[in-house]
Amino acid sequence: MTDTVVEAKALTKRYGAAHAVSGVTFDVAAGEIFGLLGPNGAGKTTTILMLLGLSDISAGQARVFGHDPMRDPLAVKRLVGYLPDSVGFYDNITAADNLHYTARLMRLAADERAERIAAALDRVGLSKFANQKVGTFSRGMRQRLGLAEIVMKQARVAILDEPTNGLDPQASVELLELIRSLKEQGVSILLSSHLLDRVQSVCDRVALFNAGRIVLMGTVAELGRQVLGGGYAVEVEADGGDGIAQRLLALPGVRGVGQPGPGRFRMTCDRDLRGEAAASVVAAGGRLKQLSLDQPSLETIYTRYFQHAQEVPDAA
Amino acid sequence: MRREGSPWQGLGVVTLKELSDHLVSARMRVLEWLIVLIALAAVYGAIQQIRSVTAEDPFLFLRLFTTSRQPLPSFVAFLGFLVPLMAIGLGFDAVNGEHSRRTLSRILSQPIYRDALLFGKFLAGLGIIAISMICLWLLVIGLGLIMLGVPPGTEEMARALIFLAVTIVYGGVWLALAMLFSVIFRSAATAALVTLGLWLFLSVIWPALAPAIAVALVSPEHQAAMVVTAQMLARLSPATLYGECVLALLDPTTRTLGPVYLSQLQGAVMGAPLSLWDSVMVAWPQIVGMVAASIVLFVAGYVGFQRQEVRA
Repeated sequence: MTDTVVEAKALTKRYGAAHAVSGVTFDVAAGEIFGLLGPNGAGKTTTILMLLGLSDISAGQARVFGHDPMRDPLAVKRLVGYLPDSVGFYDNITAADNLHYTARLMRLAADERAERIAAALDRVGLSKFANQKVGTFSRGMRQRLGLAEIVMKQARVAILDEPTNGLDPQASVELLELIRSLKEQGVSILLSSHLLDRVQSVCDRVALFNAGRIVLMGTVAELGRQVLGGGYAVEVEADGGDGIAQRLLALPGVRGVGQPGPGRFRMTCDRDLRGEAAASVVAAGGRLKQLSLDQPSLETIYTRYFQHAQEVPDAA
Repeated sequence: MRREGSPWQGLGVVTLKELSDHLVSARMRVLEWLIVLIALAAVYGAIQQIRSVTAEDPFLFLRLFTTSRQPLPSFVAFLGFLVPLMAIGLGFDAVNGEHSRRTLSRILSQPIYRDALLFGKFLAGLGIIAISMICLWLLVIGLGLIMLGVPPGTEEMARALIFLAVTIVYGGVWLALAMLFSVIFRSAATAALVTLGLWLFLSVIWPALAPAIAVALVSPEHQAAMVVTAQMLARLSPATLYGECVLALLDPTTRTLGPVYLSQLQGAVMGAPLSLWDSVMVAWPQIVGMVAASIVLFVAGYVGFQRQEVRA
């Protein structure tokens, strides 16, 4: 995880006076899954198009394997596989023929083409449908065919724009599985999404977009600490006992204890204090019924962050 | 900033793909049959007419293309009308179709430039027009041989071949126009309607409108200036250019396409045919005009396409 494969420095896109993306800086390390998250219209797709050289960069610079997408887009596009938001194929020809066309555009040799296409279709579970026209494909199948194209290309970076958008839960779980398996093969992945819980499960690091800027960046745990304040929340449910709340509050590392209901306590703390909490409850003569640690979810972070940003308008 | 890599990379692949798409499409079937049936009807009419009227004519074979028998117009008049229809049919959804199928960004994320995509589509469209026109041309020549029983002379064949080439160029003008509108309008239906509207305007209304505008522009004392102005205006329409070209090429007695002055007629033998070279010279400005028009229209489409955002 030392090499940087994709690098964006103060990337900016202007349409007239409006800034679609302003000063976005991030990098994707080799072999990691990096998520661009944010509401629709936050500038995620524009950022991706600039990285691919499909949209002009107004200011700042981008590097993909050291190539400048403005100057040498062909070199960039040879190394990068791109799955656009709701990808389209030629409906009147078969899945295999669609891949044959792009394979020719990639300048793959004829004998290599058939082999790679068969392998790629097999990989995404579409071999049965190779000779079916794409017009009959469901949305999930099209997305998988899009991934097959990236597999066939043997891309070193896969850029996926809203890959799970509009898929049913089963299909999106399968797609995320495929994305994970790509990562295991050493492909670095940059994906964008507004579906947070799905993305949380696959991303190593995320960048949170809002109004054309990255407002938060890091691992999900880091973001939780930044946004939610105390990093860990421990929930305790106990019967009986005296002064459990005071005892819990007295533990070192506890910032506060709330009581959401009778016999339930919610501790905000700097580290995982489940063991200590259990001991305290027992020491107070209570009967411990449940003990759980809340992982910060991206959903919570996201909602909380934007609530906060609205309360304090200049926070972003 | 200079780009690296060749803009032609992928051109052949795109061209072949588009060619094969056109060749199997239902739209193509319809256009082909439309043109073949109408054109053959026109030629058949011409043959009947030639048999009954013409006695001696050194360019009998060329009459196949230009003679009309009521109520059908001549073969060239049909082509002047139908070639644009075919070209528009091939080009009106070239770029916006890729947008609406959402294939554009996926294709452009392959290692090719946009140049290759647009030019490949143009070449494929032109190729289809060329293939259809060559087939049609051979059919007509064959039909003429069988039904007239007169073999064409070398010069006649040369003129007919140049006529074929000019027809393909004429198709290129309309193809470039259709592709330009397919870049400008995101909806294929809008693009088709606008292109067809412009086609009707330029081939039907404009030739009638041009003299009226000339009357408004030039004072009535200058008769010659008015005629020239009207002709200049009319030539803004590719249909007029094509019509004049065909006239000069297929009717060897055509000495000029503009007004004739008495001084030019001195020493001329009326009704004597021009040599092939002279006829081509008469049509040359029109031919260049059509080539230039297709280049200008293609470049306009190209610039528009380069500046366009890829995302739908």
